[in-house]
Amino acid sequence: MHIMEGFLPNPWWEIWFAIAMPFVAYGIYRLSKVTKKIPEALPLLALMGAFIFVLSSLKLPSVTGSTSHPTGTGLAAVVVGPGITSVLSIIVLLFQALLLAHGGITTLGANVFSMGIVGPMVAYAVWIASKKARLPTSAGIFLAAALGDLFTYVTTSVQLALVFPTSAGFFDAFLKFGTIFAITQIPLAIGEGILAVILFDFLAKYKGQLLATLKVIKLPGVSSTQEEIKS
Amino acid sequence: MNAKHYAILIIVVVVLFAAPLILFPAAEFSGADSSAEQAISDQGYKPWFSPIWTPPSSEIETLLFSVQAAIGAIIIGYFIGYERGKRAQKGTKSKTQVIAKIE
Repeated sequence: MHIMEGFLPNPWWEIWFAIAMPFVAYGIYRLSKVTKKIPEALPLLALMGAFIFVLSSLKLPSVTGSTSHPTGTGLAAVVVGPGITSVLSIIVLLFQALLLAHGGITTLGANVFSMGIVGPMVAYAVWIASKKARLPTSAGIFLAAALGDLFTYVTTSVQLALVFPTSAGFFDAFLKFGTIFAITQIPLAIGEGILAVILFDFLAKYKGQLLATLKVIKLPGVSSTQEEIKS
Repeated sequence: MNAKHYAILIIVVVVLFAAPLILFPAAEFSGADSSAEQAISDQGYKPWFSPIWTPPSSEIETLLFSVQAAIGAIIIGYFIGYERGKRAQKGTKSKTQVIAKIE
């Protein structure tokens, strides 16, 4: 999903910065609010950042005969919200742009938009929808993480197709980039979904109280009515 | 979920990521990011800005990717170990109180 340095011409890189930065600013506001109100959430924030660090560093082989990496942002979006996740994502993207020549400073806005905003928003929406549909928690987490991952790459494909349409137009270019990115991503997204389920299950067992405080899950006694989770 | 479920899920993940290597032995497995870069360059586009710093070799790049993974893995391992240790200290009594079992 990394759009490489210099690959977004004027005015596109400015546009994506302009769209992404207010969201990141909101994320920083949320971050300071949550850490002030619930200081014990800090290790959890570190854990979510760490999950993104690990997953986005692993370039995994896929069925298309190329490699790509998961994002790790879906789980963070469910646990700490999409706003804070965008801040965690920009940290990872800066690390990769400055130290690995992976992604770039000029394309940071566009990359934050796909990995730090659309992916987490999709994951969060899927999680909320799965709770409404009363799906089992694990199924909700799996779908949220996998679809968040996948839609990050769909977004990158749209971003590139907008700037580099083929002679047959935008849609043709979208299919071209979509084949490169999104198809490669499908098995990776499934893998990310499974890993997210494992870590979330651990968190629910060991940090159930904190997750309830953050309103991720409901525990009997912590908040009333509707039992999605029975103890 | 218990340890056995975790183990099964992790095996599924490993198989998922190892399968392409076995199914497509002739594939190049180059990065999707660079494939997109190539597709754009084929249209005649020249990037207008290049990275401020590039790792001098692919070994150094691998090193830095490993550092990134290691930082994340240390934090995850520390967190899990810390929480498990804390729970073990408390003994089995409080265990039933805090556990939220996911259906």
